[in-house]
Amino acid sequence: MNHTTTFPWLSLIVFLPLIGAILCLLVKVESARWLALGFTVADFLCSLPLWWLFDSSTPEMQFVERVAWITSPPVHYSLGLDGISFPLLLLTTLLMPFCILVSWTSVTARVQTFMAVLLIMETAMLGVFVALDFVLFYVFWEAMLIPMYLLIGVWGGPNRLYAAIKFFLYTLAGSLLLLVAILALYFHGGQTFDILALSRGTYGASLQMWLFLAFFAAFAVKVPMFPFHTWLPDAHVEAPTAGSVILASVLLKMGAYGFLRFTLPMLPDATVTFTKPMIALSVLAIIYGAYMALAQTDIKKLIAYSSVSHMGFVTLGIFVLNVQGIEGAVMQMVNHGITTGGLFLCVGILYERTHSRNIQDNTGLAAPMPRYALFLMIFALSSLGLPGTNSFVGEFLVLAGTFLWSKIATALAALGVILAAAYILWLMQRVVFGSPSPAHRAHLLDLNARETATLLPLVVLVFVIGIFPNPLLIRMHASVTHLLEGPKTPVLAGETRPLARAEPVPTAAVAASLSHPSTQQAPTR
Amino acid sequence: MTIPVQDLLAILPELVVIGTACLILVLDPILAASKKDLLAWLTLAALAVCLGLTSSQMTGRIFVFSDLVVIDAYASFWKLLLYIVTGLTVLLSLAYLKAERLNIGEYYGFILLSLAGMMVMVSGADLLTIYLGTELMSLSLYVMAGLKRTDARSLEASAKYFVLGAFSSGILLYGISLLFGLAGSTRLSVIADAIATQGTGHPLLSLALVLLAVGFGFKLAVVPFHMWTPDVYQGAPTSVTAFMAVASKAASFGAFLRVFVEGLGGVSADWSILFTVICLATLALGNLVAIVQTNIKRMLAYSSIAHAGYALIGVVVAGRQGGATASTGLASVLLYIAVYSFMTLGAFALVGMLRKEGQESETIEEYAGLAKREPLAAFFMLVFLVSLAGIPPTAGFIGKFYIFMAAVNGGMAWLAVVAVIFAAISAFYYLRIVMVMYMREPDGSTQSQSRLETSPALSFVLACALAGVVLLGLFPDSLWSLATHAAPLLK
Repeated sequence: MNHTTTFPWLSLIVFLPLIGAILCLLVKVESARWLALGFTVADFLCSLPLWWLFDSSTPEMQFVERVAWITSPPVHYSLGLDGISFPLLLLTTLLMPFCILVSWTSVTARVQTFMAVLLIMETAMLGVFVALDFVLFYVFWEAMLIPMYLLIGVWGGPNRLYAAIKFFLYTLAGSLLLLVAILALYFHGGQTFDILALSRGTYGASLQMWLFLAFFAAFAVKVPMFPFHTWLPDAHVEAPTAGSVILASVLLKMGAYGFLRFTLPMLPDATVTFTKPMIALSVLAIIYGAYMALAQTDIKKLIAYSSVSHMGFVTLGIFVLNVQGIEGAVMQMVNHGITTGGLFLCVGILYERTHSRNIQDNTGLAAPMPRYALFLMIFALSSLGLPGTNSFVGEFLVLAGTFLWSKIATALAALGVILAAAYILWLMQRVVFGSPSPAHRAHLLDLNARETATLLPLVVLVFVIGIFPNPLLIRMHASVTHLLEGPKTPVLAGETRPLARAEPVPTAAVAASLSHPSTQQAPTR
Repeated sequence: MTIPVQDLLAILPELVVIGTACLILVLDPILAASKKDLLAWLTLAALAVCLGLTSSQMTGRIFVFSDLVVIDAYASFWKLLLYIVTGLTVLLSLAYLKAERLNIGEYYGFILLSLAGMMVMVSGADLLTIYLGTELMSLSLYVMAGLKRTDARSLEASAKYFVLGAFSSGILLYGISLLFGLAGSTRLSVIADAIATQGTGHPLLSLALVLLAVGFGFKLAVVPFHMWTPDVYQGAPTSVTAFMAVASKAASFGAFLRVFVEGLGGVSADWSILFTVICLATLALGNLVAIVQTNIKRMLAYSSIAHAGYALIGVVVAGRQGGATASTGLASVLLYIAVYSFMTLGAFALVGMLRKEGQESETIEEYAGLAKREPLAAFFMLVFLVSLAGIPPTAGFIGKFYIFMAAVNGGMAWLAVVAVIFAAISAFYYLRIVMVMYMREPDGSTQSQSRLETSPALSFVLACALAGVVLLGLFPDSLWSLATHAAPLLK
């Protein structure tokens, strides 16, 4: 842990939004909007230097800060960043300004509180990704619930009360079991809450089983994995646009992040034992989510179910336990954040104009809103994993990793990609190219400057990551390789030299597209 | 009989409290109605003096009055908590009594007398001392519960509380008498020795144990001895309810732990099973019945029952384990009750002062749209409720954290899992209030709507409670070290 920098970057990034939240409550409506935008942009700018300061050659935690918080039991305020949390941190700080921008005119009630709640959310989410103490992690993890509850419940749609309480209780019940598991780990792991120390420990087989189940309860609800996904469509549909974006882009990633940060390193034996059911659930989620998406008439709900499907790829990639799978999973997390975030932003912009999220009410937008249609199309194509867009990289890596594990699982998961093409293209056919619905034609204005500014950066990222995924992959590679030294997979005997296994992937990827998600060229040790 | 001076010095805080109570009772008829506030300030002054006196009693362990009373850090922990809670109640009452037009000077006298009883309870080294303290506390509370003399529900609360309280005191006394028969003394140390030498097999010992558990069960309001709680909490003036829910519960836990750990520690295997059952029943009933309440005072009453259940987890752990594990279990109870005091007091303070046309807004429905009318009050309520639900970064989380930690440490992870499930259930009814406040509009716009009747005293109470909830949530170190300093003294 010699990568300690003197400047507390992470504390600054985590708590800057909180300061903004307090200030937002003290000012007038219009200033609250600008203030929130200013703080989120400033936070993003603060996190940007880390891109270059980050040392991608080491799996160790960087920018570490560690101060004693509670003396007995020893709980530390300790933060750090590695290749797995780093992309998620950037994703969060990147997306928040867009959440503010898209709420600029759509949120008119209690604007100051709304902005403050968003900023508090940002602090909690960033805290989750950088916490290196299990209790600190839990505090951030839970602290997020109340702001999200308010976000859905106060500024949400007609059925918001139900959706808000469902979201809250589902996630709380899972998280509380996690708390007991954390305490059990404390006593079996040498009386420490330090995540790195706990990751180095070894635990008995039956203890690992129980802990795995408790971790699973917390993380699977958050991802959400099938069959714990039922809160997601409700929450997505009812949440305001900013809430949906946060939910899809960041909140869901926390569950997957939990699996990567805790389950895999701490409970390697149980992870291997539970690999099959986990993969079965993931594949089920991929197909079920896609299948359900086909049947939706509400655009938001459709995207919500597509999220279930896409997050299935993430958990699939995690539990095949090889470098391609996990790097693909992290990529997929970032990509899903960008693409689905973009899609939700698009739906929000549309809803502001037509006040309906039904596909029937929003057909044929290509003529009245050409620019909007273009952006929507790009996000949609990215969502179905078109080569050249970002999602292709992640899904391809996950499928490549799965192929090493089981051909049948790969085939089934690939079915999800085909279904994705079906529901997305069908949606586009109706919404973009269908015959315009007469009810709304009169007042459909194309994107204004603010909305263009909201969508354009994400569109750029769709292509940048799609074509040059390497800078991102390089930064996560060392950490992922290090992570895999924990779980010993019986399936993949060549685990100790994962690079050798990875060889076929880059070649195939380069051949298939312009992208080269090379795990091979990553400059490791 | 002469009383040694050092004995009197040791109980100086109790003497100050009782002396002030008597002074208030004398001053009350003399003072003009407009100057009754003076009595409250006098009470606060007495509490401040006691705070100083007790702070100096945090070290050592002295037995005074031929071993009837013990002054140690454990007693001081509870006393300090009681002073703070009483002080806040007095300030709350200052606002509340005015709003309710209850200009009764002796109110403060009763609070102090009740406090004196509580102090005797937590300092008692002899079952009879503890019993006397319990009675002094309860008798004052019976009167205070019925102070709204024109309100039938207040009178009902008083009568109900009195009948059931007297009944439980009788049971407690019966248990004490059986123990006296077995051990030849009511002194806790002698009883402990007797159990150690005579063994634990005597059937009368088990009977005495059960009777004591029942007697204290009433005071702690744990299931199945909780029946009086909702009615009394609902009917009593809200400032009195707050005092009962917080101070009386704290003092009862203080005495209860001392009796069972210090006096009956030898049969802890028996009582830990008994309390496991009571704990589970309390958690289940408290949390489940709270869901269906429509009156916020009743809901908070069931919530306070449920919280006693969480605290009992620490007691169970202390009963099953020895040594350091037991001490941590007890310390977690101390911490939990302290944390519980702040959030419950804060919630009741708001309930008492949210009023509509001079009446308290008691139904949850009346909280609709509060976030728009009174954003600050709604935010305070939000924090207290979130803390009651045990969600970080509030003190309620820290309380549960230490309790669950004690349970896992004591090899009772299953109990922690059960408690956790009920904690998730409890979030439902706490959040329902948040939902009503933030996400609903009041039906019928013609009616006048409830607002917070603010006053400097109330603001101070709320600020203190909020500070307690937030600061203890972020920096629990000092409270935890106090609790771990106090808890090992039992044994």
